[in-house]
Amino acid sequence: MRRSLAVYATGAYAFLHAPLLILAAFSFNTSRFTVWQGFSLRWYAALAHDRELIESAGNSLLIAFVSTACATAMGTLAGYALWKRGAAWISGSLYLSLATPEIVTGVSLLAFFQWMFRYLNLRLGMHTVILAHVGFSLAYVVVVVVARLRSFDPALEEAALDLGATEWEAFRRVTLPHLSPAIAAAAMLAFTVSIDDYVITSLVAGVDSQTLPMTIYALARRGVNPMLNAVSTIVVVLLGLMVLLSERLRRT
Amino acid sequence: MKRLRFLFLAPAAVVLAATLVAPLAIVSVYSFLSRGAYGGVTEPFSLENYARLWDPLYALIFWRSLWIAAVSTAICLILGFPLALFIAAAGRRKTLYLSLVILPFWTSFLIRLYAWIFLLRDTGLINTALQALGMIREPLPMLYNEGAVILGLVYGFLPFMVLPLYATLERLDPSLIEASADLGARPFQTLFRVTLPLCAPGIWAGAILVFVPSLGTYLTSDLLGGSKTILIGNLVQNQFTSARDWPFGAAASLALMIVAAALLLAARPSGERML
Repeated sequence: MRRSLAVYATGAYAFLHAPLLILAAFSFNTSRFTVWQGFSLRWYAALAHDRELIESAGNSLLIAFVSTACATAMGTLAGYALWKRGAAWISGSLYLSLATPEIVTGVSLLAFFQWMFRYLNLRLGMHTVILAHVGFSLAYVVVVVVARLRSFDPALEEAALDLGATEWEAFRRVTLPHLSPAIAAAAMLAFTVSIDDYVITSLVAGVDSQTLPMTIYALARRGVNPMLNAVSTIVVVLLGLMVLLSERLRRT
Repeated sequence: MKRLRFLFLAPAAVVLAATLVAPLAIVSVYSFLSRGAYGGVTEPFSLENYARLWDPLYALIFWRSLWIAAVSTAICLILGFPLALFIAAAGRRKTLYLSLVILPFWTSFLIRLYAWIFLLRDTGLINTALQALGMIREPLPMLYNEGAVILGLVYGFLPFMVLPLYATLERLDPSLIEASADLGARPFQTLFRVTLPLCAPGIWAGAILVFVPSLGTYLTSDLLGGSKTILIGNLVQNQFTSARDWPFGAAASLALMIVAAALLLAARPSGERML
Protein backbone atom coordinates (compact mmCIF):
# COMPACT_ATOMS: atom_id res chain seq x y z
CA MET A 1 0.00 0.00 0.00
CA ARG A 2 2.95 2.27 0.73
CA ARG A 3 4.19 1.93 -2.84
CA SER A 4 0.85 2.65 -4.44
CA LEU A 5 0.47 5.69 -2.20
CA ALA A 6 3.84 7.00 -3.39
CA VAL A 7 2.85 6.44 -7.04
CA TYR A 8 -0.42 8.23 -6.40
CA ALA A 9 1.31 11.14 -4.65
CA THR A 10 3.63 11.60 -7.63
CA GLY A 11 0.57 11.95 -9.84
CA ALA A 12 -1.09 14.37 -7.43
CA TYR A 13 2.02 16.57 -7.28
CA ALA A 14 2.20 16.51 -11.07
CA PHE A 15 -1.43 17.71 -11.19
CA LEU A 16 -0.60 20.55 -8.78
CA HIS A 17 2.64 21.69 -10.43
CA ALA A 18 2.72 20.59 -14.07
CA PRO A 19 0.36 23.30 -15.43
CA LEU A 20 2.60 26.11 -14.18
CA LEU A 21 5.81 24.33 -15.23
CA ILE A 22 4.47 23.80 -18.76
CA LEU A 23 3.30 27.41 -18.89
CA ALA A 24 6.79 28.56 -17.89
CA ALA A 25 8.48 26.23 -20.40
CA PHE A 26 6.47 27.71 -23.27
CA SER A 27 7.48 31.24 -22.30
CA PHE A 28 10.90 30.30 -23.78
CA ASN A 29 9.40 29.06 -27.06
CA THR A 30 10.46 30.72 -30.32
CA SER A 31 7.02 30.25 -31.87
CA ARG A 32 3.95 32.26 -30.99
CA PHE A 33 1.89 29.06 -31.27
CA THR A 34 1.64 26.14 -28.88
CA VAL A 35 4.21 24.06 -30.79
CA TRP A 36 7.77 23.86 -29.51
CA GLN A 37 10.20 25.31 -32.07
CA GLY A 38 13.26 26.15 -30.04
CA PHE A 39 14.59 28.16 -27.12
CA SER A 40 14.40 31.94 -27.18
CA LEU A 41 14.12 34.88 -24.82
CA ARG A 42 12.25 37.03 -27.33
CA TRP A 43 9.03 37.22 -25.27
CA TYR A 44 10.96 38.45 -22.26
CA ALA A 45 12.61 41.07 -24.45
CA ALA A 46 9.19 42.08 -25.78
CA LEU A 47 7.96 42.67 -22.21
CA ALA A 48 10.40 45.52 -21.79
CA HIS A 49 8.62 47.44 -24.55
CA ASP A 50 5.06 46.84 -23.44
CA ARG A 51 3.86 50.13 -21.91
CA GLU A 52 0.63 48.76 -20.47
CA LEU A 53 2.32 45.87 -18.69
CA ILE A 54 5.10 48.01 -17.25
CA GLU A 55 2.76 50.74 -16.10
CA SER A 56 0.35 48.33 -14.44
CA ALA A 57 3.24 46.45 -12.80
CA GLY A 58 4.43 49.79 -11.40
CA ASN A 59 0.95 50.50 -10.04
CA SER A 60 0.76 47.05 -8.49
CA LEU A 61 4.12 47.47 -6.76
CA LEU A 62 3.21 50.90 -5.40
CA ILE A 63 -0.16 49.65 -4.12
CA ALA A 64 1.42 46.54 -2.60
CA PHE A 65 4.21 48.48 -0.82
CA VAL A 66 1.91 51.14 0.64
CA SER A 67 -0.88 48.78 1.67
CA THR A 68 1.61 46.25 3.11
CA ALA A 69 3.29 48.94 5.22
CA CYS A 70 -0.06 50.14 6.60
CA ALA A 71 -1.56 46.69 7.13
CA THR A 72 1.59 45.37 8.81
CA ALA A 73 1.84 48.28 11.25
CA MET A 74 -1.86 48.26 12.13
CA GLY A 75 -2.13 44.49 12.24
CA THR A 76 0.90 44.09 14.50
CA LEU A 77 -0.37 46.64 17.02
CA ALA A 78 -3.88 45.19 16.93
CA GLY A 79 -2.61 41.62 17.23
CA TYR A 80 -0.57 42.60 20.30
CA ALA A 81 -3.52 44.37 21.93
CA LEU A 82 -5.84 41.43 21.20
CA TRP A 83 -3.31 39.01 22.65
CA LYS A 84 -3.27 40.98 25.91
CA ARG A 85 -7.04 41.05 26.15
CA GLY A 86 -9.57 39.93 23.58
CA ALA A 87 -12.04 42.27 21.91
CA ALA A 88 -14.90 40.24 20.47
CA TRP A 89 -15.99 42.95 18.05
CA ILE A 90 -12.59 43.16 16.40
CA SER A 91 -11.78 39.44 16.29
CA GLY A 92 -15.28 38.85 14.94
CA SER A 93 -14.70 41.37 12.14
CA LEU A 94 -11.32 39.83 11.31
CA TYR A 95 -12.91 36.39 11.07
CA LEU A 96 -15.69 37.85 8.93
CA SER A 97 -13.13 39.45 6.62
CA LEU A 98 -11.49 36.05 6.00
CA ALA A 99 -14.87 34.35 5.55
CA THR A 100 -16.53 36.81 3.16
CA PRO A 101 -16.36 35.72 -0.49
CA GLU A 102 -14.04 38.06 -2.43
CA ILE A 103 -16.74 39.08 -4.89
CA VAL A 104 -19.01 40.16 -2.02
CA THR A 105 -16.21 42.19 -0.41
CA GLY A 106 -15.57 43.79 -3.80
CA VAL A 107 -19.14 44.83 -4.62
CA SER A 108 -19.80 46.08 -1.09
CA LEU A 109 -16.66 48.22 -1.19
CA LEU A 110 -17.79 49.58 -4.55
CA ALA A 111 -21.23 50.41 -3.14
CA PHE A 112 -19.69 52.00 -0.04
CA PHE A 113 -17.21 54.15 -2.00
CA GLN A 114 -19.90 55.34 -4.41
CA TRP A 115 -22.09 56.26 -1.46
CA MET A 116 -19.24 58.21 0.18
CA PHE A 117 -18.56 60.04 -3.09
CA ARG A 118 -21.99 61.66 -2.83
CA TYR A 119 -20.56 63.65 0.07
CA LEU A 120 -16.89 63.82 -0.90
CA ASN A 121 -15.45 65.19 -4.10
CA LEU A 122 -13.46 62.04 -4.97
CA ARG A 123 -13.40 59.30 -7.56
CA LEU A 124 -12.26 55.68 -7.69
CA GLY A 125 -8.48 55.48 -8.03
CA MET A 126 -5.24 54.48 -6.33
CA HIS A 127 -6.51 55.59 -2.90
CA THR A 128 -9.62 53.37 -3.01
CA VAL A 129 -7.54 50.40 -4.18
CA ILE A 130 -4.98 50.94 -1.41
CA LEU A 131 -7.68 51.28 1.26
CA ALA A 132 -9.34 48.07 0.05
CA HIS A 133 -6.01 46.23 0.08
CA VAL A 134 -5.17 47.38 3.62
CA GLY A 135 -8.60 46.12 4.66
CA PHE A 136 -8.35 42.61 3.25
CA SER A 137 -4.69 41.99 4.19
CA LEU A 138 -5.13 43.13 7.81
CA ALA A 139 -6.59 39.81 8.96
CA TYR A 140 -3.63 37.85 7.54
CA VAL A 141 -1.17 40.01 9.48
CA VAL A 142 -3.07 39.65 12.76
CA VAL A 143 -3.31 35.86 12.37
CA VAL A 144 0.45 35.50 11.86
CA VAL A 145 1.39 37.91 14.67
CA VAL A 146 -0.99 36.37 17.21
CA ALA A 147 0.27 32.89 16.35
CA ARG A 148 3.81 34.03 17.19
CA LEU A 149 2.71 35.72 20.44
CA ARG A 150 1.28 32.41 21.68
CA SER A 151 4.87 31.22 22.14
CA PHE A 152 5.89 34.41 23.99
CA ASP A 153 6.15 34.33 27.78
CA PRO A 154 4.26 37.34 29.23
CA ALA A 155 6.56 37.19 32.29
CA LEU A 156 9.32 38.74 30.17
CA GLU A 157 7.25 41.84 29.67
CA GLU A 158 6.24 41.94 33.33
CA ALA A 159 9.92 41.78 34.30
CA ALA A 160 10.60 44.83 32.11
CA LEU A 161 7.75 46.69 33.80
CA ASP A 162 9.04 45.72 37.27
CA LEU A 163 12.44 47.07 36.30
CA GLY A 164 10.89 50.44 35.60
CA ALA A 165 10.07 50.38 31.88
CA THR A 166 6.88 52.07 30.72
CA GLU A 167 4.25 49.99 28.88
CA TRP A 168 5.44 51.39 25.57
CA GLU A 169 9.13 50.73 26.35
CA ALA A 170 8.32 47.15 27.38
CA PHE A 171 6.50 46.61 24.10
CA ARG A 172 9.14 48.36 22.02
CA ARG A 173 12.26 46.84 23.62
CA VAL A 174 11.08 43.37 24.73
CA THR A 175 8.06 42.15 22.82
CA LEU A 176 8.67 43.73 19.43
CA PRO A 177 12.16 42.20 18.94
CA HIS A 178 10.69 38.78 19.71
CA LEU A 179 7.99 39.41 17.11
CA SER A 180 10.23 40.66 14.32
CA PRO A 181 10.46 37.41 12.27
CA ALA A 182 6.67 37.05 12.45
CA ILE A 183 6.21 40.67 11.39
CA ALA A 184 8.47 40.14 8.40
CA ALA A 185 6.56 36.97 7.49
CA ALA A 186 3.24 38.78 7.89
CA ALA A 187 4.42 41.64 5.68
CA MET A 188 5.43 39.24 2.91
CA LEU A 189 2.07 37.50 3.16
CA ALA A 190 0.25 40.83 2.94
CA PHE A 191 2.40 41.80 -0.03
CA THR A 192 1.55 38.53 -1.79
CA VAL A 193 -2.20 38.82 -1.31
CA SER A 194 -2.09 42.45 -2.40
CA ILE A 195 -0.05 42.04 -5.56
CA ASP A 196 -2.11 39.03 -6.57
CA ASP A 197 -5.64 40.33 -6.09
CA TYR A 198 -7.86 40.71 -9.12
CA VAL A 199 -11.49 40.36 -8.03
CA ILE A 200 -11.69 43.16 -5.44
CA THR A 201 -9.20 45.44 -7.20
CA SER A 202 -11.00 45.37 -10.55
CA LEU A 203 -14.18 46.59 -8.85
CA VAL A 204 -12.67 49.50 -6.91
CA ALA A 205 -9.99 50.62 -9.42
CA GLY A 206 -10.30 53.82 -11.41
CA VAL A 207 -8.83 54.86 -14.75
CA ASP A 208 -5.42 55.67 -13.25
CA SER A 209 -5.04 52.52 -11.20
CA GLN A 210 -4.95 49.53 -13.54
CA THR A 211 -2.95 46.79 -11.77
CA LEU A 212 -0.87 43.94 -13.17
CA PRO A 213 -3.53 41.28 -12.45
CA MET A 214 -6.04 43.45 -14.35
CA THR A 215 -3.72 43.53 -17.37
CA ILE A 216 -3.08 39.79 -17.09
CA TYR A 217 -6.83 39.15 -16.90
CA ALA A 218 -7.50 41.24 -20.00
CA LEU A 219 -4.75 39.40 -21.93
CA ALA A 220 -5.96 35.98 -20.74
CA ARG A 221 -9.47 36.85 -21.88
CA ARG A 222 -8.18 37.66 -25.35
CA GLY A 223 -6.55 34.23 -25.60
CA VAL A 224 -3.14 32.67 -25.30
CA ASN A 225 -0.15 34.94 -25.72
CA PRO A 226 3.49 33.93 -25.18
CA MET A 227 4.24 37.30 -23.59
CA LEU A 228 1.63 36.47 -20.98
CA ASN A 229 3.50 33.22 -20.32
CA ALA A 230 6.64 35.26 -19.73
CA VAL A 231 4.97 37.70 -17.30
CA SER A 232 3.33 34.79 -15.50
CA THR A 233 6.67 33.02 -15.11
CA ILE A 234 8.29 36.09 -13.59
CA VAL A 235 5.39 36.69 -11.18
CA VAL A 236 5.18 33.04 -10.11
CA VAL A 237 8.93 32.75 -9.47
CA LEU A 238 9.08 35.99 -7.45
CA LEU A 239 5.96 35.19 -5.41
CA GLY A 240 7.15 31.62 -4.85
CA LEU A 241 10.49 32.81 -3.46
CA MET A 242 8.72 35.29 -1.23
CA VAL A 243 6.35 32.66 0.18
CA LEU A 244 9.20 30.25 0.87
CA LEU A 245 11.09 32.98 2.70
CA SER A 246 7.97 33.94 4.65
CA GLU A 247 7.34 30.30 5.69
CA ARG A 248 10.94 30.00 6.88
CA LEU A 249 10.66 33.19 8.96
CA ARG A 250 7.39 32.02 10.48
CA ARG A 251 9.08 28.89 11.78
CA THR A 252 12.16 30.48 13.34
CA MET B 1 -2.52 50.71 29.90
CA LYS B 2 -5.99 51.57 28.70
CA ARG B 3 -4.70 54.41 26.59
CA LEU B 4 -2.02 52.33 24.92
CA ARG B 5 -4.52 49.58 24.19
CA PHE B 6 -6.88 52.10 22.64
CA LEU B 7 -4.11 53.56 20.47
CA PHE B 8 -3.05 50.09 19.34
CA LEU B 9 -6.53 48.93 18.41
CA ALA B 10 -7.92 52.16 16.96
CA PRO B 11 -6.27 52.13 13.48
CA ALA B 12 -7.25 48.53 12.76
CA ALA B 13 -10.76 49.14 14.07
CA VAL B 14 -11.20 52.19 11.83
CA VAL B 15 -9.95 50.32 8.76
CA LEU B 16 -12.18 47.32 9.48
CA ALA B 17 -15.16 49.60 9.96
CA ALA B 18 -14.47 51.42 6.69
CA THR B 19 -13.58 48.42 4.51
CA LEU B 20 -15.81 45.70 5.90
CA VAL B 21 -18.51 46.62 8.40
CA ALA B 22 -19.84 49.79 6.75
CA PRO B 23 -19.72 48.31 3.20
CA LEU B 24 -21.58 45.17 4.30
CA ALA B 25 -24.11 47.33 6.15
CA ILE B 26 -24.72 49.44 3.05
CA VAL B 27 -25.19 46.37 0.89
CA SER B 28 -27.67 44.98 3.43
CA VAL B 29 -29.70 48.19 3.25
CA TYR B 30 -29.52 48.28 -0.56
CA SER B 31 -30.87 44.76 -0.77
CA PHE B 32 -34.21 46.05 0.57
CA LEU B 33 -34.37 49.04 -1.80
CA SER B 34 -35.45 49.29 -5.43
CA ARG B 35 -33.50 49.99 -8.57
CA GLY B 36 -33.42 53.64 -9.61
CA ALA B 37 -34.01 54.99 -13.09
CA TYR B 38 -30.32 55.43 -13.92
CA GLY B 39 -28.98 52.36 -12.16
CA GLY B 40 -28.85 53.89 -8.68
CA VAL B 41 -30.91 52.83 -5.69
CA THR B 42 -34.16 54.34 -4.55
CA GLU B 43 -37.02 53.83 -2.14
CA PRO B 44 -39.49 52.24 -1.45
CA PHE B 45 -38.27 49.47 0.84
CA SER B 46 -39.42 46.07 -0.31
CA LEU B 47 -38.66 42.36 -0.23
CA GLU B 48 -38.95 42.25 -4.01
CA ASN B 49 -35.23 41.49 -4.56
CA TYR B 50 -35.33 38.48 -2.28
CA ALA B 51 -38.51 37.25 -3.93
CA ARG B 52 -36.78 37.47 -7.31
CA LEU B 53 -34.06 35.09 -6.12
CA TRP B 54 -36.73 32.35 -6.28
CA ASP B 55 -37.43 33.09 -9.92
CA PRO B 56 -36.54 29.85 -11.81
CA LEU B 57 -33.82 31.64 -13.80
CA TYR B 58 -31.92 32.68 -10.66
CA ALA B 59 -32.86 29.65 -8.58
CA LEU B 60 -31.15 27.60 -11.30
CA ILE B 61 -27.96 29.63 -10.83
CA PHE B 62 -28.07 28.96 -7.09
CA TRP B 63 -28.63 25.24 -7.59
CA ARG B 64 -25.87 25.05 -10.17
CA SER B 65 -23.47 26.80 -7.75
CA LEU B 66 -24.38 24.44 -4.91
CA TRP B 67 -24.05 21.42 -7.19
CA ILE B 68 -20.66 22.45 -8.61
CA ALA B 69 -19.34 23.27 -5.12
CA ALA B 70 -20.55 19.88 -3.82
CA VAL B 71 -18.98 17.93 -6.69
CA SER B 72 -15.69 19.84 -6.33
CA THR B 73 -15.66 19.15 -2.58
CA ALA B 74 -16.26 15.43 -3.12
CA ILE B 75 -13.47 15.21 -5.70
CA CYS B 76 -11.10 17.14 -3.41
CA LEU B 77 -11.84 14.65 -0.62
CA ILE B 78 -11.22 11.64 -2.87
CA LEU B 79 -7.99 13.12 -4.26
CA GLY B 80 -6.85 14.75 -1.01
CA PHE B 81 -7.22 11.85 1.42
CA PRO B 82 -4.57 9.55 -0.08
CA LEU B 83 -2.24 12.53 -0.48
CA ALA B 84 -2.68 13.44 3.20
CA LEU B 85 -2.02 9.77 4.13
CA PHE B 86 1.16 9.85 2.07
CA ILE B 87 2.41 13.06 3.71
CA ALA B 88 1.56 11.91 7.23
CA ALA B 89 3.60 8.73 6.66
CA ALA B 90 6.54 10.50 5.02
CA GLY B 91 8.74 10.82 8.11
CA ARG B 92 11.53 13.37 7.83
CA ARG B 93 10.35 14.78 4.52
CA LYS B 94 6.91 15.78 5.81
CA THR B 95 7.66 19.50 5.74
CA LEU B 96 8.90 19.39 2.16
CA TYR B 97 5.87 17.45 0.92
CA LEU B 98 3.53 19.73 2.83
CA SER B 99 5.18 22.85 1.37
CA LEU B 100 4.76 21.39 -2.11
CA VAL B 101 1.01 21.26 -1.46
CA ILE B 102 0.84 24.81 -0.08
CA LEU B 103 3.18 26.51 -2.53
CA PRO B 104 0.91 26.62 -5.60
CA PHE B 105 -1.87 27.99 -3.40
CA TRP B 106 0.15 31.15 -2.79
CA THR B 107 1.19 31.67 -6.39
CA SER B 108 -1.31 33.83 -8.23
CA PHE B 109 -4.69 32.19 -8.68
CA LEU B 110 -5.27 34.18 -11.86
CA ILE B 111 -2.08 32.86 -13.47
CA ARG B 112 -2.91 29.30 -12.46
CA LEU B 113 -6.27 29.63 -14.21
CA TYR B 114 -4.50 31.00 -17.29
CA ALA B 115 -2.25 27.91 -17.19
CA TRP B 116 -5.36 25.74 -17.60
CA ILE B 117 -6.64 27.89 -20.46
CA PHE B 118 -3.25 27.36 -22.07
CA LEU B 119 -3.62 23.59 -21.71
CA LEU B 120 -7.31 23.06 -22.42
CA ARG B 121 -8.42 25.43 -25.17
CA ASP B 122 -9.10 24.31 -28.73
CA THR B 123 -5.61 25.26 -29.90
CA GLY B 124 -4.11 24.51 -26.47
CA LEU B 125 -1.30 22.13 -25.66
CA ILE B 126 -3.41 19.01 -25.05
CA ASN B 127 -5.49 19.34 -28.22
CA THR B 128 -2.43 20.23 -30.31
CA ALA B 129 -0.53 17.23 -28.97
CA LEU B 130 -3.41 14.80 -29.48
CA GLN B 131 -3.90 16.05 -33.03
CA ALA B 132 -0.19 15.77 -33.80
CA LEU B 133 -0.28 12.17 -32.55
CA GLY B 134 -3.27 11.53 -34.81
CA MET B 135 -5.49 10.46 -31.91
CA ILE B 136 -8.18 13.03 -32.67
CA ARG B 137 -9.21 15.00 -35.74
CA GLU B 138 -11.30 17.75 -34.24
CA PRO B 139 -10.15 19.45 -31.03
CA LEU B 140 -11.92 18.18 -27.89
CA PRO B 141 -14.12 20.88 -26.32
CA MET B 142 -12.45 20.88 -22.91
CA LEU B 143 -12.83 24.54 -21.98
CA TYR B 144 -15.91 26.67 -21.24
CA ASN B 145 -18.10 24.06 -19.59
CA GLU B 146 -19.00 22.87 -16.09
CA GLY B 147 -16.25 20.26 -16.13
CA ALA B 148 -13.59 22.91 -16.65
CA VAL B 149 -14.97 24.93 -13.74
CA ILE B 150 -14.92 21.88 -11.46
CA LEU B 151 -11.35 21.13 -12.57
CA GLY B 152 -10.29 24.69 -11.78
CA LEU B 153 -11.92 24.59 -8.34
CA VAL B 154 -10.35 21.23 -7.45
CA TYR B 155 -6.97 22.46 -8.62
CA GLY B 156 -7.33 25.70 -6.67
CA PHE B 157 -8.74 24.38 -3.40
CA LEU B 158 -7.15 20.94 -3.00
CA PRO B 159 -4.68 22.37 -0.41
CA PHE B 160 -7.65 23.41 1.78
CA MET B 161 -8.67 19.75 1.94
CA VAL B 162 -5.21 18.26 2.38
CA LEU B 163 -4.13 20.52 5.28
CA PRO B 164 -6.89 19.69 7.81
CA LEU B 165 -6.82 16.01 6.78
CA TYR B 166 -3.07 15.92 7.36
CA ALA B 167 -3.47 17.71 10.71
CA THR B 168 -5.95 15.05 11.93
CA LEU B 169 -3.89 12.13 10.60
CA GLU B 170 -0.81 13.55 12.30
CA ARG B 171 -2.54 13.55 15.69
CA LEU B 172 -3.95 10.06 15.21
CA ASP B 173 -2.69 7.56 17.81
CA PRO B 174 -0.62 5.01 15.81
CA SER B 175 -1.38 2.29 18.37
CA LEU B 176 -4.99 2.26 17.15
CA ILE B 177 -3.80 1.31 13.67
CA GLU B 178 -1.45 -1.31 15.12
CA ALA B 179 -4.24 -2.73 17.27
CA SER B 180 -6.42 -3.07 14.19
CA ALA B 181 -3.65 -4.92 12.35
CA ASP B 182 -2.94 -7.14 15.36
CA LEU B 183 -6.58 -8.11 15.49
CA GLY B 184 -6.30 -9.38 11.92
CA ALA B 185 -7.58 -6.51 9.77
CA ARG B 186 -6.08 -6.13 6.32
CA PRO B 187 -4.61 -2.70 5.47
CA PHE B 188 -7.69 -1.66 3.48
CA GLN B 189 -10.03 -2.78 6.26
CA THR B 190 -8.04 -0.71 8.75
CA LEU B 191 -8.14 2.25 6.41
CA PHE B 192 -11.91 2.21 5.94
CA ARG B 193 -12.99 1.06 9.38
CA VAL B 194 -10.46 2.74 11.69
CA THR B 195 -8.51 5.55 10.03
CA LEU B 196 -11.32 7.09 8.01
CA PRO B 197 -13.91 7.29 10.83
CA LEU B 198 -11.28 8.79 13.15
CA CYS B 199 -10.59 11.46 10.54
CA ALA B 200 -14.20 12.70 10.57
CA PRO B 201 -13.37 16.10 12.13
CA GLY B 202 -10.66 16.74 9.53
CA ILE B 203 -12.94 15.66 6.70
CA TRP B 204 -15.66 17.97 7.97
CA ALA B 205 -13.27 20.94 8.28
CA GLY B 206 -11.72 20.31 4.86
CA ALA B 207 -15.12 19.90 3.21
CA ILE B 208 -16.28 23.27 4.50
CA LEU B 209 -13.00 25.00 3.64
CA VAL B 210 -13.39 23.77 0.04
CA PHE B 211 -17.16 24.13 -0.27
CA VAL B 212 -17.45 27.75 0.94
CA PRO B 213 -14.92 29.37 -1.43
CA SER B 214 -16.16 27.15 -4.30
CA LEU B 215 -19.70 28.36 -3.71
CA GLY B 216 -18.58 31.99 -3.77
CA THR B 217 -16.16 31.66 -6.66
CA TYR B 218 -16.15 34.25 -9.37
CA LEU B 219 -12.88 34.10 -11.26
CA THR B 220 -12.84 30.34 -11.95
CA SER B 221 -16.27 30.27 -13.53
CA ASP B 222 -15.60 33.55 -15.31
CA LEU B 223 -12.41 32.35 -17.01
CA LEU B 224 -13.02 28.60 -17.41
CA GLY B 225 -16.82 28.42 -17.51
CA GLY B 226 -17.74 30.56 -20.46
CA SER B 227 -21.09 32.25 -20.80
CA LYS B 228 -23.12 29.14 -20.05
CA THR B 229 -21.75 28.36 -16.60
CA ILE B 230 -22.98 31.38 -14.62
CA LEU B 231 -22.59 30.94 -10.85
CA ILE B 232 -23.73 33.13 -7.92
CA GLY B 233 -20.44 35.05 -7.93
CA ASN B 234 -20.86 35.92 -11.60
CA LEU B 235 -24.48 36.91 -11.02
CA VAL B 236 -23.41 39.31 -8.26
CA GLN B 237 -20.61 40.81 -10.35
CA ASN B 238 -22.92 41.21 -13.34
CA GLN B 239 -25.63 42.99 -11.34
CA PHE B 240 -23.10 45.47 -9.96
CA THR B 241 -21.39 46.15 -13.30
CA SER B 242 -23.13 45.73 -16.66
CA ALA B 243 -26.71 45.04 -15.50
CA ARG B 244 -26.54 47.88 -12.94
CA ASP B 245 -29.24 46.45 -10.71
CA TRP B 246 -27.51 47.01 -7.37
CA PRO B 247 -30.44 46.13 -5.08
CA PHE B 248 -30.84 42.72 -6.69
CA GLY B 249 -27.06 42.17 -6.71
CA ALA B 250 -27.04 43.13 -3.03
CA ALA B 251 -29.74 40.57 -2.23
CA ALA B 252 -27.81 37.85 -4.07
CA SER B 253 -24.60 38.84 -2.16
CA LEU B 254 -26.41 38.64 1.13
CA ALA B 255 -27.91 35.25 0.34
CA LEU B 256 -24.41 34.00 -0.53
CA MET B 257 -22.92 35.56 2.63
CA ILE B 258 -25.54 33.95 4.86
CA VAL B 259 -24.92 30.46 3.49
CA ALA B 260 -21.13 30.92 3.72
CA ALA B 261 -21.22 32.37 7.24
CA ALA B 262 -23.56 29.66 8.52
CA LEU B 263 -21.30 26.90 7.19
CA LEU B 264 -18.14 28.54 8.55
CA LEU B 265 -19.73 29.12 11.93
CA ALA B 266 -20.61 25.44 12.04
CA ALA B 267 -16.95 24.65 11.37
CA ARG B 268 -15.56 27.41 13.56
CA PRO B 269 -13.68 25.31 16.15
CA SER B 270 -11.83 23.28 13.52
CA GLY B 271 -11.43 26.33 11.29
CA GLU B 272 -9.78 28.36 14.01
CA ARG B 273 -7.30 25.68 14.82
CA MET B 274 -6.22 25.86 11.19
CA LEU B 275 -5.33 29.50 11.56
